Amino acid sequence: MDFELVNLISWIDESLRDLCGDASWAVSLIEYVLIAIAFLGLYCVLALILILLERKICADFQCRIGPNRVGPWGLCQPIADMFKILLKEIITLKNNDKFLFFTAPFLILAGSLGTFGALQFGKGLVGVDFNVGIFYMLAISSLGVIGILLAGWSSDNKYTLIGAMRSGAQLISYEISAGISILTMVLLGGSLNLTDLIEGQKDSWYLFQGHIPAIIAFIIYLIAGHAETNRGPFDLPEAESELCAGYHTEYSGITFGFFYLAEYLNMFIIAGIGTMVFLGGWQPFHINYEWASGFNELMDYIPSYCWFVGKVFMLVLLSLWVRWSFPRLRIDQLLHLEWKILMPISLVNMLLMAGWVAYIAAQNN
Amino acid sequence: MKTYFKNLFSGIWNLLQGMRITMRNAIRKNVTECYPEDRETARQFERFRGELIFDINENNEHKCIACGLCQMNCPNQSLQVVSKMVETEDGKKKKVLEAYNWDLSSCTFCGLCTSSCAPKAIKWTNFFEHAVFDKSKLVKELKGDSKPVEKKAAPAPAPKKSDDSQVQQ
Repeated sequence: MDFELVNLISWIDESLRDLCGDASWAVSLIEYVLIAIAFLGLYCVLALILILLERKICADFQCRIGPNRVGPWGLCQPIADMFKILLKEIITLKNNDKFLFFTAPFLILAGSLGTFGALQFGKGLVGVDFNVGIFYMLAISSLGVIGILLAGWSSDNKYTLIGAMRSGAQLISYEISAGISILTMVLLGGSLNLTDLIEGQKDSWYLFQGHIPAIIAFIIYLIAGHAETNRGPFDLPEAESELCAGYHTEYSGITFGFFYLAEYLNMFIIAGIGTMVFLGGWQPFHINYEWASGFNELMDYIPSYCWFVGKVFMLVLLSLWVRWSFPRLRIDQLLHLEWKILMPISLVNMLLMAGWVAYIAAQNN
Repeated sequence: MKTYFKNLFSGIWNLLQGMRITMRNAIRKNVTECYPEDRETARQFERFRGELIFDINENNEHKCIACGLCQMNCPNQSLQVVSKMVETEDGKKKKVLEAYNWDLSSCTFCGLCTSSCAPKAIKWTNFFEHAVFDKSKLVKELKGDSKPVEKKAAPAPAPKKSDDSQVQQ
């Protein structure tokens, strides 16, 4: 009994190789196209699920029911919204840079999709995998900042510009502590390769292996990652009470839809990175003792992609809980939190982790 | 340095308290009413002003004396009291209600009419489904075919000393 999707994928690969015979380039081509379609489809479906989840959870926190008219329990609501947004007119502005205006949503989507492709969804369910995987993810997720800045600049509107500038300041600041806390875990794992990092958490997740430094790094990562998604108490770039809708005020139709899509998927991606680095990715929950071997075997029966999606949605729920609990920060409070609190603590925390790793190494010798 | 850590931990504690409160709200029962479905069981509020009606008793009698106070008190002329003078058998002139028109479309549901009504002839109900296809249907005649309540020969209340003092004032 094995429900791993990797079996299906290798079956497709084998039958394609049988079909094409000598032309191995054709196999590669077909597989690339299939993978691209699968990722794009998953991206859209996850966005729809997340939008519905957000609206339902938000309703729960406000003692409401949320969408409940379209389909059973409102399940078809995001699909109806999607068709509405596809049918809407794309309004073009006068006197603005048209090229940059229409490039910005694609840049944001590209940054988010590039990061999405490097997530490891399960055993063998990997789009991009190479020796500096986690570095690649941190780097390409910063592409979104350029999109936001361009969107704010090219809209020729003071509110969008203020929103974009705030967003730039916020994302660049919070990337530092998110990066440092991930680096702390890389120190523990000893590799930048995501596959190695996840393999290293086979017996117990890095959150438990790293003791206190790992827990501090996890909390800092959650705060900084949450700030990077431009949501919750850190939604200054959008700040609807001050700036209409911030940097995407002037967008309509599907161009706005791209921003919307990227916002929700960034939430998923941040939770995904946190899952892979701290919570063992698709590795099942194991208790690293002799007496728990039965429990460990039981956990192994759950397919790996279920573990990954389950953990990610736990983190997404946490992020929604935070979002609907706290009031928005002021820009000076935001920068104070990053530069005076999160960054010094994460730097000290990295030293602590280095000491812990040295201690483990000394014990093993 | 000491205040730095103190602020840090008290901040975290405050945030956790906030999250506890929101979670308590999240698991609470929803307050939403699904109106068309729970039409039969929907909560009704006693003091809600839905529709103005005549307080008609089981003998199809209303208490209106056609004094017109409600009409005078109505801030936007939604009420129209149509009355006529008749002469009773014992030769007295008396005002009798012919029709009582309430224009729902201009009513603000302020309740000045019911509070000014001396014989408590009009009252509010909870009925709120007022939608009609024709605007003219919003003007409602409240009296219907009800008749004025028969005057009972109530005995004059025995004068009290306290009442006397009030009258003198």
